[in-house]
Amino acid sequence: MDSQIILKIKNISKSFGGLKALENVSFSVKTGQIHALIGPNGAGKTTLMNIISGLETADFGEIIFKDKYINKLSPDKRAKIGIARTFQNLELFGEMTVLENVMVGMYSKYETGFIKSGLMLNNVRKLQKDIINKSLNILDYVGLNHRKNEYAKNLPVGEQRLLEIARAIATDPILMLLDEPAAGLNIRETKNLSILIKNLKEEKQINLLIVEHDMELIMGISDTITVLNFGKVIAEGNPLSIQKNPDVITAYLGEED
Amino acid sequence: MSLLLQFLFSGLTTGSVYALVGIGFNIVYNSTSILNLAQGEFVVIGGLMMWFFLEGMNLPFATSVALTLTVAATLALLMERLTIKPLLKKGDLLLMIMVTIAVSILIRGLLMFKFAKDPYTYPPFTEGEPLVIYGAVITQQTLWVIGITAFSIVILYLFFNKTMLGRAMKACSLDIKAARLMGINVSNMVMLSFIISGLVGAIGGIAITPISLMEYDKGAMLSVKGFCAAVIGGLGRGRGAVVGGFTLGILESFTAGYIHSGFKDAVALLIMLFILLFRPAGIFGKTETLRLRKF
Amino acid sequence: MGKGNILSLLILTLLIIIFPIVIKDTYLHTIGIFAGINALVAIGLTILMGYAGQISLGQAAFYGIGAYISAILSLHFGLPVILSIFLALLVASTAAIILAIPALRLKGHYLAVATLGFGEIIHIMLHEWGPGGPSGFGDIPKMNLFGYTFTSTNDYFYLVWMCVVVIMIFSLNLINSMTGKALQAMHGSEIATQTAGINLTKLKIKVFILSSIYASLAGAMYAHYVTFLSPSSFSLFHSVLFLMMVIIGGISNIWGGIVGALIITILPEVLRGFKEFDILLYGLILTLFLLFMRKGLVPMTIATYKRWIHR
Repeated sequence: MDSQIILKIKNISKSFGGLKALENVSFSVKTGQIHALIGPNGAGKTTLMNIISGLETADFGEIIFKDKYINKLSPDKRAKIGIARTFQNLELFGEMTVLENVMVGMYSKYETGFIKSGLMLNNVRKLQKDIINKSLNILDYVGLNHRKNEYAKNLPVGEQRLLEIARAIATDPILMLLDEPAAGLNIRETKNLSILIKNLKEEKQINLLIVEHDMELIMGISDTITVLNFGKVIAEGNPLSIQKNPDVITAYLGEED
Repeated sequence: MSLLLQFLFSGLTTGSVYALVGIGFNIVYNSTSILNLAQGEFVVIGGLMMWFFLEGMNLPFATSVALTLTVAATLALLMERLTIKPLLKKGDLLLMIMVTIAVSILIRGLLMFKFAKDPYTYPPFTEGEPLVIYGAVITQQTLWVIGITAFSIVILYLFFNKTMLGRAMKACSLDIKAARLMGINVSNMVMLSFIISGLVGAIGGIAITPISLMEYDKGAMLSVKGFCAAVIGGLGRGRGAVVGGFTLGILESFTAGYIHSGFKDAVALLIMLFILLFRPAGIFGKTETLRLRKF
Repeated sequence: MGKGNILSLLILTLLIIIFPIVIKDTYLHTIGIFAGINALVAIGLTILMGYAGQISLGQAAFYGIGAYISAILSLHFGLPVILSIFLALLVASTAAIILAIPALRLKGHYLAVATLGFGEIIHIMLHEWGPGGPSGFGDIPKMNLFGYTFTSTNDYFYLVWMCVVVIMIFSLNLINSMTGKALQAMHGSEIATQTAGINLTKLKIKVFILSSIYASLAGAMYAHYVTFLSPSSFSLFHSVLFLMMVIIGGISNIWGGIVGALIITILPEVLRGFKEFDILLYGLILTLFLLFMRKGLVPMTIATYKRWIHR
């Protein structure tokens, strides 16, 4: 088994005023694995996702990606080195079409200056055709090709979540952070999502860190699960051991799912 | 020394108006997160309508004041009900900025239509010998302006802290959801905040006109400077606008007096730009994220 | 660039060519020239506000910088007009960068007032330090391109509107390019744009510079046409007028810049009979537009057309 570590979280702590959102959180995401992050509401999962993607800064601790310390990198630089993400509260470009949303994901790899874009020289035009083709392929991959000219805001939630994933794929990531990708999805959609996630790991060799509440989904696809409660790591292991872990069961007792 | 004091008092006088406009900005900002760029127009309304009732219709002083304030309050109410309320739900910040600008132009147009471009004034509240301190001549009206401003500030403080209604408004500014849950009618609070800030501006206009005259187009500059005052003290902080207003007035006065009067207006802008760019929370405030309140 | 845009460009070019032929009144030609100059500013502002989602209450400053710098360089330093214009654009871009770098950290109202403050400061600078001070100055050389001096209104009309066409082609290309999509994305969701790998600050500064170049170009063309400049043409009121053009034309479509410019330029002529009402009508029209037609004329027309053909 390939046991290289793609992402290492070391002693991350974050407080908001007096509230400790994250306390000394440490874990590693190994390459070729689907790593899940679970925990009751308010456990600090989204805060951690924000810290990893660079939208928030940790008070203490280190984030190490591909053996490099990335705490000081801005969110766009982190995306450029291979960290992509989707959002719990969908952050689509609502007024743009499905195809355009995915195309934006490719901007950073094919950045053209203002002047060249305005002149629309031949190579710029060809590049754009290239990007459109690649984006259509991605839409095909996630199953959204039939929606390519729809405005993103008009899509049902299930398809919007797929679109966020498609956009993330477009950035050609090494690590994808999925923040509650199954929220609002029905059973069929969730099944398709788990197939898609498995394909991302196996076919596209994308490493995945997933925050989720849907236990069936998580237990079905994850290789490793880290459990957070009240900002602290309370357990880590494969799905089977997590299901039996008494601390995890206690943490979830009384939780509505 | 006498020159210094002269400039100081002149600065305090104009600073009073800036402070009142700034306070008006803060009141609306606190309840809606909007900047009412028509704020300065209410000062002009105060001055011109006061002339209209006092000199134009020869009504007694107290009646004129009451009528002027009524006009100002009504206009503020109309502005809020007709243009702010329907658009606030859209949550579009740009739209709200544009609307307050549009209304300010509309008000200015109404004033120009009624009053043309001439300057207007009326006699000071009390006639009498000016005060002379160390050679600086301080007219009675100057004292009226500063006094009325101070009085208004005290009244506002008491209103927001000691009355139920005022505290309800404060609650809205702190946490709108909680305020709603407590049964506070947020929509009415917004309306009230516009009315109060309109009144505050008009009071400034009524007081300052005997000294500096009033013309239909002074509103825009007053809005900008009042905003500067609010920003200097930290947007949303009542006492901050007071400090900001007086500071601004005094700095302007010194610039005009000691350096060059043409740059007087630049002072406010430069200070405001400096604060916006490097200390947006103002000299008292803490950092704050700007977000349009969700209604 | 879609078929609709290409068709519109062709129609526009056609209209431009036949306008001075069909309409002989040179006064109307003059209005057409000013409309074209204003359109240049409005197109840039539409890209800034409608596509990139920023705001500027100080466009008149860049308009004024373009006018004054080009005028001063050609008049006082004897530089060829075309070079003066180029340098004026450079100065305006520099001013845009100086403003943008700190200001673009601000959002919403703060950014609006920062740009307003900037606009007013430039206005005061022109007032205090510009040649002739508040009275302004004249004798500015007329537009001169490679030896040909544009003296007749006919010539100038074609020049200005050809500029508009070229700028439109450039702008439409820009909007339909990846860069345009990045701008729209930024308007849609700043966090998603960042996590997709796009540096917002760089993008905002660039689009700010773009809008300043359009505005300063317009200013230079204005200077070399009217040959007389005074600071009173570059005040907050004018910044607001440019804003009105964008809103009325339609903030989400750059064709709106042309439509809005036409309407706002023609409006004072229409209102000429109502001297005391003019500001009132400006305010009323703007308010009513914002309340009931805030999408703007061009988007609304397109939407109506789409509904009609889908019947």
